[in-house]
Amino acid sequence: MAETITIRLKVNGVEKEVTVKPNERLLDVLREKFYINSVKAGCLRGECGICTVIMNGKLVKSCLVLAPEADGAEILTVEGLSRPGKPSVVQRAFIEKFGFQCGFCTPAFIMAAYWIVENMPDASEKEIKEILNSVICRCTGYKQIIEAIKYAIELKKQA
Amino acid sequence: MKAYKYVGKPIPRQDVSKVFGDAIYAYDVKLPGMLYAKLVGSTYAHARIKRIDYSKALKVPGVIKVFTGEDFPFKVGIYAADRDVLARGKVLYYGHPVAGVVAETPEAAEEAAELIEVEYEPLEPVLTIEDALRPDAPLIHEHMEEYRHASFIYPRPGTNIANYLKLRKGDIKKGFEEADVVVESEYREPLISHAYMENWVGIARVLSDGTVEVWSSHQSPFAVRHLLAASLGLPIGKVVVHHTFVGGGFGGKAGLLLEHIPVLFSMKLGGRPVRLELNREENFLFMAQRAGYLFKMKTGATKDGRLVAHYGEYYLDAGAYADYTVNIGRSVGFVPTGPYEVPNIHVDSITVYTNKVPTTAFRGFGMQEMHFAFEQQIDQLAEKLGMDPLELRLKNAIVPGKSYLPTQVRVREDAGDPAGTMKRAAELIGWGKKPEKPDEPWKFRGIGIASFWKGPVQPSNAASSAIVKVNEDGSVDVLVGTGEMGQGTIYALAQIVAEELGIPVEKVRVAPIRSTDSVAYTWQTVGSRGLFSEGQALMRALDDLKNQMREIAARVFNVFKDEIEIKDGKACVKGKPWECISLAEMALGYTLPNGNAIHGPLIGRGSHVPSQTTYLDPETGRGEPKPFMTFGTGAVEVEVDLLNMRVRVLKAVTVLDTPVINPGLALGQAYGGAVMGISIALNEELKLTKDGRLLNPNFTDYKVARAGDIPVEMVAEFLGVGQKNAPYGAKGVGELTMLAWPAAIANAIYNAIGVRIRKLPITPDNLLEAIKEQRPELLKELDKYLLGGE
Repeated sequence: MAETITIRLKVNGVEKEVTVKPNERLLDVLREKFYINSVKAGCLRGECGICTVIMNGKLVKSCLVLAPEADGAEILTVEGLSRPGKPSVVQRAFIEKFGFQCGFCTPAFIMAAYWIVENMPDASEKEIKEILNSVICRCTGYKQIIEAIKYAIELKKQA
Repeated sequence: MKAYKYVGKPIPRQDVSKVFGDAIYAYDVKLPGMLYAKLVGSTYAHARIKRIDYSKALKVPGVIKVFTGEDFPFKVGIYAADRDVLARGKVLYYGHPVAGVVAETPEAAEEAAELIEVEYEPLEPVLTIEDALRPDAPLIHEHMEEYRHASFIYPRPGTNIANYLKLRKGDIKKGFEEADVVVESEYREPLISHAYMENWVGIARVLSDGTVEVWSSHQSPFAVRHLLAASLGLPIGKVVVHHTFVGGGFGGKAGLLLEHIPVLFSMKLGGRPVRLELNREENFLFMAQRAGYLFKMKTGATKDGRLVAHYGEYYLDAGAYADYTVNIGRSVGFVPTGPYEVPNIHVDSITVYTNKVPTTAFRGFGMQEMHFAFEQQIDQLAEKLGMDPLELRLKNAIVPGKSYLPTQVRVREDAGDPAGTMKRAAELIGWGKKPEKPDEPWKFRGIGIASFWKGPVQPSNAASSAIVKVNEDGSVDVLVGTGEMGQGTIYALAQIVAEELGIPVEKVRVAPIRSTDSVAYTWQTVGSRGLFSEGQALMRALDDLKNQMREIAARVFNVFKDEIEIKDGKACVKGKPWECISLAEMALGYTLPNGNAIHGPLIGRGSHVPSQTTYLDPETGRGEPKPFMTFGTGAVEVEVDLLNMRVRVLKAVTVLDTPVINPGLALGQAYGGAVMGISIALNEELKLTKDGRLLNPNFTDYKVARAGDIPVEMVAEFLGVGQKNAPYGAKGVGELTMLAWPAAIANAIYNAIGVRIRKLPITPDNLLEAIKEQRPELLKELDKYLLGGE
């Protein structure tokens, strides 16, 4: 596929036009054109969820979004949550509650957690689990991730 | 445990880059001028390669080169070097790489790989342990006698047996004569996958001075270096292996993975960097997985509940390459029973080749599988004896200092507290109380318990070392070869340094990203051995450092060395807190008032080898195989739903005997190990077609536990019973946390519905089959609730 198209994306607040092939995945555009290191490929078919980002306010698996579909979109990744030395409440909660181990799925869980904290501050444990069901973590057994999310909700309420 | 400032505290781990997105994995490594490799997998499980035609592939723009097996006429491996680089002459499993393309872009490599034509002459595939052992079975490895292997591995050329281990203790005949009750059962576990989140990736280049550099997703950088050098005939000092963060290992990234492939491709292409990245399907097909098992067990006890005899035939279905799995065959063979003293044991552990995906280490190294079988033998014996299963366990539990291992060596006095873990786990699960009966009459609850033990399975001389350097500001760099794959051992080591030197833990750095040429050696990061082994090396390095601090301070204050104490990052004269020198002041040596400098930079060094371990006798298995064992017990409450045949774990309790350095990290292992163990018990299986094709190389069909699948309640406790020579008494817990679950769940299912589970995974199909065989009346009962019923 030799043709290319130009799309415009706002990634973590920075707007940029990039030239992509129409069959490129948002995942690859973010990694290669926007140098977003946190977004990882795990299965490239929407099963493992570790490439999850927030696109226009929704959690999406960036391996399942084609670049043209993302034209004009606003994307948020973990790189956009914090300023140097100042973690967001979600990141702070994951650090304090041991919400990560190998870390390969962690950016996806943090984005899911951020989405929950922002959109469902009264989420029950069952609702939290339902959202987390879309991302696989093989290390933690999820318990400390869920504890971190509950703690982040609390921190947010205190702030 | 005594109260410390840092040790025993849940101090957040230092690798916070993982939550900010700037942690670097091998997956993230790119080099200028990098080429991309793609492998072509076999479409047969067993076949001769007649012809490989890659002329079309070479015409794809950007393709540099196509390699086949004949380009690399040698074997690679760790314990039994049985692996071809690319298949030579025959393919041995479905997916076996037969060719490799190298191209300038991943797209060109992929397109070219699809154009490679391979003509096969199919051979009869050998797909079960029973078939592999038939006298007329096709030979999978026709020239096994030529394979290089470790001295403690006993292959049988001319058969499909990759290793044969014998364990003999006491007098088995006499043992069974004494027995009043005997239980005989067979247990099976299928091949399963580690399913770590970072697919394997490796990048290699060869510099003009001959240095071979490798970045890859591995657990043990020094093992990769050693095996690359040994297999490829490279000078080891010219091989540099870079360790990055690792996206999960669980044993699946131990030893040498596929690093030799990009290294060899790079060597043949003038040293240009070559990247081989597997996608998820390839990771299921090309990477080694966990072996399948068949245990045949016969265990006897006297009527007062004394275990007197155990006979076992243990078979491991190792797949096409048993390179690493031969050592797991040893592991289950020389620890063939649970944590009990059994005076008479006769076990053969036989590792068998089949035409399936190769297998390797997996968290637990055979011990989850062995306990799945043995801990059900215990429950069955208890039932026959009319005895409480907990009581039978307590009666026979290993008594440190008194009991003898299956390998006939006395268990050290400070080995731990097996009985203590049994009692506490029973308490926490509510042993003896009947679980609540659910309202729905088709649901049943039960509780089950399983005890376990394990130590690392390693060569008797597996070594570790550590270096501690002091920086100008009094901060400390710790150099150890321990891999970081999520378990966080290096951060526990940092806490030990902070405690010993009395400096804030933030001032201790253990770099997670490092290279074999710039850190201290360690054999491997496997077997929950890192904390114990590198921990001891580190304690010695700290002793060395503190001794140097004392020497300097003694000279400065003109006192004897033993009058100096190390406190709060300073060396002070005892009783004179004003006569002190700080770590910062002596980091590069100390300058006296007249300008004379003394000592030079502070560097502590320490080494460790498990000097008490020995080779095992080839006829009886007698010897000391392990430097330590950790003991524990898991207990569960399950709910069996007979309408959908699903089992749910409501509560999971873990109790381990060891103290821990960081309870946050240790609990993370406990919860993660429990969920992985439950997932293996209930879901996981690599499914093959009748001709050996893998049916489920993806996460839709290979189901691992998700957040919604975890137990309602998970509890873990550590009793704090340490081993004297372990740092702060603490032994690693990573594997231990996973051993109990299939056994405990199976025992709980029996407790709930009186059906014994002898085959994993406990899927609705397998559960239904077991019920039909053992208690068909349950299904009849169920009819009442279906379609209105009666």
